[in-house]
Parts: sequence; structure tokens; C-alpha cells
Amino acid sequence: MKLTILVTEAPFGGQAAATALAYIRAALARGHAIERVFFYCDGVHNANRLAAPPGGEANLVRDWSSLASSDGVDLVVCINAGSRRGLREANLAPGFRISGLGQLVESVILADRLVSFGA
Amino acid sequence: MAGPRKPKSLAFLCRRSPWGSGHAAEMLEAILIAGAFDQEVHLAFVDDGVFQLVRDQRPELLGRRPLEESFRELADLDVEHIWVERESLDERGLDAAELILGATAIDRSAMTDLLARMDAVFGA
Repeated sequence: MKLTILVTEAPFGGQAAATALAYIRAALARGHAIERVFFYCDGVHNANRLAAPPGGEANLVRDWSSLASSDGVDLVVCINAGSRRGLREANLAPGFRISGLGQLVESVILADRLVSFGA
Repeated sequence: MAGPRKPKSLAFLCRRSPWGSGHAAEMLEAILIAGAFDQEVHLAFVDDGVFQLVRDQRPELLGRRPLEESFRELADLDVEHIWVERESLDERGLDAAELILGATAIDRSAMTDLLARMDAVFGA
């Protein structure tokens, strides 16, 4: 099955983003495809390469980047939501790209299911 | 997934009050984009989300843009399915007559049926 994932929560303040990542890994392990992961609202913070959690804590930004490089998952950050929160091309972590909301709608049309985290 | 693609039914489930967070405004932004894609777009207002539809709000006092402008843009995009849950209105002492034009009140079971038959539901 082809899945589009929507993440609307920041990586540290809540559990939703970490759960989304675990869900994606489980889906890939079972042979499902990820059409796209779209980061919206506070979810854009997942893409900030300047995040530097203290040693021993999970680093979700880095984990997303390694998901992109290991499985070629398309990680898209909303340009409007990012601009409002100071996230732009210059501080984007590897594997993420910035684009518009049309990318969310398009990927929902192309996928079999939309699964939202942090709504 | 073979063959020509037929329009999908997309619902936006709006559950949050309009000004306590930026959520309502950002979801409306997504709704406007979805409206431009020639799909069957439905807006479903439940819980505190029903406050988004109350007429004559003055959010400029909070430095925010009125949602009503966006609702008017939706009409231009032929997004005509705006549903509001009657029980949510009742629980908050609101009357359908206080809402912006074009919102249709339906009861909870009809709302559930509506969401169940959608291809995708955006939680908002």
C-alpha cells in the first residue's frame, strides 16, 4: 500500500513525530511504500539542522535524515509554515526539501492512505 | 491504482477553536490549496472547531486575519460542502443562525457517516 504521512508536531515537545518515524519504519519493513512525508504546522521543526539535543537524548532530526538516505523517503517541509517559524533552506537538515502545500494535496491524491501524526 | 484517476473525496476535520493557536488558520490555508486541485473537498466542523464559523469576529484586535475572508475564497473555488455538527453547537450554546452563510448543520451520526465514506481525512 502507498502511504502519505502528515506530521504536524515538533520533534521534542510531543510524541507524535517520533511515533510517525517508528510507524514509517514498520510500514517499510512490511513492504509498504511511502509516497511522501509532509511536515506542516509545528512539524517543520523536524527539519531544523540546528537542533542539538543533549547527549543521550534522541535526535529525531538526524533520524529523519538517515531515513531519507537509507530508504529514499521524500521529506517535504511546507514553505509557508517554515517561513513563519524561521525554517529556511539554509538551516534545512540533509534529506529534506522545501516546497508548497500542493505537494501535500498531490501526494494524498496519489497515495492509498493518508496517515496524520499530531493533528 | 491503474486507469484514469477519479477525483478523491477529501475531508478536513476542524476541531480546534479559531484563535487559541495557529492551527485553524494553517489548516484553512491547506484547504484553499486542496480546493484548487479539482477534488471533492468537504469541511467538517466539530467540537470547538464550530467557533471558527461564528460570524462577525474581530480577530484583528489580536493581530490575526479573519477566517471569513478565506471562507469566501472557498466559495470561489467551488468548495461548497461545509458541515457543522449540531451537537457541538448545542453543547456550546450556539445557534446555526449565528454562523457564516453556507454552513449546513448535521447531526453526529450523519457526520460520522460522512467521514467514513471519505478517501482521506485531514485532522485539523
